[in-house]
Amino acid sequence: MTDTSHSSAVPTSSLYAHDARTKKRNAAEARFKAYGMVAIAIGLIMLVTLMVTIFGKGLGAFQQTFITMNVELLESKLDKSGTRDLEKIKKVSTFGYAPIIKGAFQTTVDAEGIETALKTKDMAKLLSKSAASQLRDFVIENPDKIGTTVEFRFLANSRVDGYLKGRVTRDSIANDKNITSAQLDFVDQLRAAGVLFKTFNIDFIIGADASDQRPEAAGIGVAMMGSLFMMLVVLALALPIGVAASMYLEEFAPQNIWTDIIEVNISNLAAVPSIVFGILGLAVFINYMHLPQSAPLVGGLVLTLMTLPTIIISTRASLKSVPPSIRDAALGVGASKMQSVFHHVLPLAAPGILTGTIIGLAQALGETAPLLLIGMIGFIASNAPTSIGEGLLSPNSAMPAQIYEWAKRADPAFYERAWGGIIILLLFLVTMNTIAVILRRRFERRW
Amino acid sequence: MPVLWLVLIILGLAALGFIMGRQRALKSAGGDSRKLHSLPNYYGANVALSVLVPSFGVLIVWLLAQPMLIDRAVSAMIPPELIPENTTTGLVMSDVRRVAEGLDVAVEKGAMSASEANSVRSEFTDLRARLGDVGVALGQDVRPEVLRAAQRYRTLNATGNMALTIVICLVAVAGFINALRHCTAEYRARNVVERAILVILMAAASIAILSTIGIVLSMLFESVNFFGLHRWTDFFFGTTWAPNFRGDSELSILPLLWGTLYISFIALLVAVPVGLFAAIYLSEYAGSKTRSFAKPLLEILAGIPTIVYGLFALLTVGPLLVKVFGQGDNGLLGVEWMSGATSVLTAGIVMGIMLIPFVSSLSDDIINAVPQSMRDGSLGLGATKSETIRQVVVPAALPGIVGAILLAASRAIGETMIVVMGAGAIAKFSVNPLESMTTITTRIVSQLTGDGDFASPETLVAFALGLTLFVLTLGLNVLALYIVRKYREQYE
Repeated sequence: MTDTSHSSAVPTSSLYAHDARTKKRNAAEARFKAYGMVAIAIGLIMLVTLMVTIFGKGLGAFQQTFITMNVELLESKLDKSGTRDLEKIKKVSTFGYAPIIKGAFQTTVDAEGIETALKTKDMAKLLSKSAASQLRDFVIENPDKIGTTVEFRFLANSRVDGYLKGRVTRDSIANDKNITSAQLDFVDQLRAAGVLFKTFNIDFIIGADASDQRPEAAGIGVAMMGSLFMMLVVLALALPIGVAASMYLEEFAPQNIWTDIIEVNISNLAAVPSIVFGILGLAVFINYMHLPQSAPLVGGLVLTLMTLPTIIISTRASLKSVPPSIRDAALGVGASKMQSVFHHVLPLAAPGILTGTIIGLAQALGETAPLLLIGMIGFIASNAPTSIGEGLLSPNSAMPAQIYEWAKRADPAFYERAWGGIIILLLFLVTMNTIAVILRRRFERRW
Repeated sequence: MPVLWLVLIILGLAALGFIMGRQRALKSAGGDSRKLHSLPNYYGANVALSVLVPSFGVLIVWLLAQPMLIDRAVSAMIPPELIPENTTTGLVMSDVRRVAEGLDVAVEKGAMSASEANSVRSEFTDLRARLGDVGVALGQDVRPEVLRAAQRYRTLNATGNMALTIVICLVAVAGFINALRHCTAEYRARNVVERAILVILMAAASIAILSTIGIVLSMLFESVNFFGLHRWTDFFFGTTWAPNFRGDSELSILPLLWGTLYISFIALLVAVPVGLFAAIYLSEYAGSKTRSFAKPLLEILAGIPTIVYGLFALLTVGPLLVKVFGQGDNGLLGVEWMSGATSVLTAGIVMGIMLIPFVSSLSDDIINAVPQSMRDGSLGLGATKSETIRQVVVPAALPGIVGAILLAASRAIGETMIVVMGAGAIAKFSVNPLESMTTITTRIVSQLTGDGDFASPETLVAFALGLTLFVLTLGLNVLALYIVRKYREQYE
């Protein structure tokens, strides 16, 4: 009796050995998990590639090739009258300074004992086109130095700079009219003598943009000022308006259609493409209100409208996180509704509001598209503003617009500057976001 | 700058009012603040607010209305025969404004006296040359009607500014005196101030509405102008985009729409699988350590400005693709399919990278919201983890995921910098992703930058494009919200 049942229960396979179907299912499981890992890996690889590209191509912009030489400021050329009259000195144009630089170059070469077949004219071509105006500016500022010999550090032109950075090679200049391989040999000699060297270039960070012809002299400093003024406008408008709007919606608004409309509106505004805000700025602020084109004020207004939804959404979240017991306690000891909000809820929500504002500002700082439409590109941001009114109203560029401008130019030397500009922009963003994170960690209260 | 001065005057008066109102109220109670109805500061705030609110209100309304009224008054002076064929008064008005600004500059620099600027006649003086001397370049000789209109424009502006200053000062002082009269112990200052603050808060909340209205109206007006100059059937149903600044342009949105959708499609092809699988891995498989490390890193991708992606597309991805698919025998594949760095694929891939964190963090939240009991039930029935995810978690989260994808699509359609730098400028219908194509946003930028005049259809078309873009993205957002709300499973 027991025998029959025993014989029928003979296992066809071991429980420890997987059958074909289980193997298939397990393989599918492993595959599925691998897809997930690959997806994460792709995302991270993209991030790393992006960062490596930015820093690999951009760090060069912070260094620049300079040529030092002693320049004798000949009185016979610069101030023929000998009276040191500034008006007369100013009459000597940069063309008048060119021979002085050529002479100084030749003297330096002779002094260092460098032998070359190059003519002085071709030597001077290694210098940036800004060398003469640099010299002229110095003389106009220090007329008493005329007749003496002064040591100068001139920018080398962008081809020489590219040669030192590896961008320009003897192969790549085959069709280049601006430099010859004999000149590159000469550069090597100068470099060995220590006359020509590559060093940190502060002018890239604080300097002004330069024309198409002089990529070596271009800097992002003035555009940075433009961005700064725009951020001031955004901060001065978006923060109070955003906080006021969220206080109303979160604390006072009655539940009615009007409130609903406002809320739907805000969430929709957050998703409107930024270029549409640019069109709004162009149509309303420039074409209708006739505010000046390219002015940081207009840029700031447009970015304010763009950042408002971000600030409102984060402010509402932090107001919401303040527990109702705080409000009840304030009302209980006789405060009015307004007092309970202004004296108790708002201070407690302040860290969250600040965090949201900084993140909104960071977003606005990197935004480019609306700035294109209100004309913050297409000209050379060469003059730093001297007063607040001028900073707000006179044409300027902004950091991202300046980067775009450089990326559009034909000379590849500008690309390096665009990447360098991005490093600076990212540094600002990282700093702002870090401050936001620290604020949140430090002051956020869990109720 | 008179407006800045006005603002400063108002602010100064308000500060003074605060101090005086406070003191007056205290004095009326004999220095004993307990006898006051409200705290002393409320009396001060009452005076300050009754200076600030009406005068700033008038200031803003005035500044908005003055240009419109003056434009209307001046454009009535321009005889219709002066307006060139096929354009509007706008073109002549911009001439008028330029001349008026030129006269301003001339007066400022002392090249012309104020009375001379108002009486000078172009019949007798070569105004163009005189303005050129002070650095104002005019395109053509000034016609007498334009000059008269410009002078009228200047006088009206001057009168308007003068009136503005007087009215604002009157309003501010009136508010100041009126509120100061109320600084007595019985006056319910707090109630009044709180009501005023509530109104201010409400006004701030309405700015969101105002900017939406501003967006819609500004684009609608110019679009109506555009459709007055250009057939709407051609815009919506034509097949060629060929702007021509001498007129006779073919401006049709279809090729642009095709380029936009194609690029967005490729971007989603990159972003959706990567983002979705990343979200699934992070929420279902990854340990807390991996999660806390990988999630913020992925989100950095979302914080990078689009100009950076644009540069990345133009200078890195584009040349790389050319190296693979182009350059003939020198390329990696030895084919000659791609000639320039800008292409649909370049822009699409880079935009896809940008959208990865967008898709992943939205889907991550949604997957996390699926209740654990559903997973436990599925696992208890013997399903493997991946089967649970595919057959239980993802279907439960599907409406949310679809919503996230639609939001990503709306971002892709409205994205500007990546396509401006990476997609190219040729409008055409083509299915080859290695060719360069153009998008709605790119064309908006190119039609509105540079010196287009705002009376030609070639410039105005940008507003019609913008309106289409606005409607398109808004529609996608609303659809996304609708899907999420309608199909969301309700769990306890």
